[in-house]
Amino acid sequence: MTDPMRVRAVMIGDKVEVKILMQHVMETGQRKDADGNVVPAHYIVKVTANCQGREVLSADWGPSVSKNPYLAFRFKGAAKGDKVSITWIDTAGESRTDEVTIA
Amino acid sequence: MQHSRRSFLQRVGQAGAAALACAAGILPRLLWAAESRPAFTATTIADALKALDASHPQESTAIAFKAPDIAENGAVVPVEIESKLPNTRMIAILVDKNPHVMSSSFTIADGTEPFVATRVKVAESALIHAVVKTDAGAFYTTKLVKVTLGGCGG
Repeated sequence: MTDPMRVRAVMIGDKVEVKILMQHVMETGQRKDADGNVVPAHYIVKVTANCQGREVLSADWGPSVSKNPYLAFRFKGAAKGDKVSITWIDTAGESRTDEVTIA
Repeated sequence: MQHSRRSFLQRVGQAGAAALACAAGILPRLLWAAESRPAFTATTIADALKALDASHPQESTAIAFKAPDIAENGAVVPVEIESKLPNTRMIAILVDKNPHVMSSSFTIADGTEPFVATRVKVAESALIHAVVKTDAGAFYTTKLVKVTLGGCGG
């Protein structure tokens, strides 16, 4: 079960600004629950952003990226109406892709 | 109870091996994660930089690094990095006091601005390193962030 990301992509001049809010526990594997049991690690390890079949950003993450991660970046070479898709993969092998149209 | 000299020696040997494994950090690592990427298992900035192929970076003022001076909540520390260095290929964020120093790295494609903004966990007051790799080598800048409530534990 994965929850949808909130993605916004807006043209600012000749650049596209992308802002992403992901829903993920980003559990480090070092925290203990109320009974003293270690909560197993579960975090996003890879994020990629594609626009019209071209990879514009790829990120490698560890457990010290905050819970419900936020990511913003900017790229050139796209126009209003083009699509940006964001994909993440986590330590449990789950993945999620969300797509947004550049406004 | 009877203990033979042989079994006593064996037990001493086992205890010694376990103590060595703990000291080497093998046991705790097995307990928390199946993390195997070298940069992300590093516990020192130097080791992480080596794994990123960015050993001995030069300090640079051409990296704009925004992070709060004081973070009330270490679990959510906003950071923003913008490189003014030509041909920036990669941006990485490392936190020197975290159990594993490596937080994240970003590969910047052609046409993508050398800019990222995200939020990281900072376990205790620490020097955050923003590391940038360009065609001309590796560069970095740091910022001290004081944390009043840690980003780990709960």
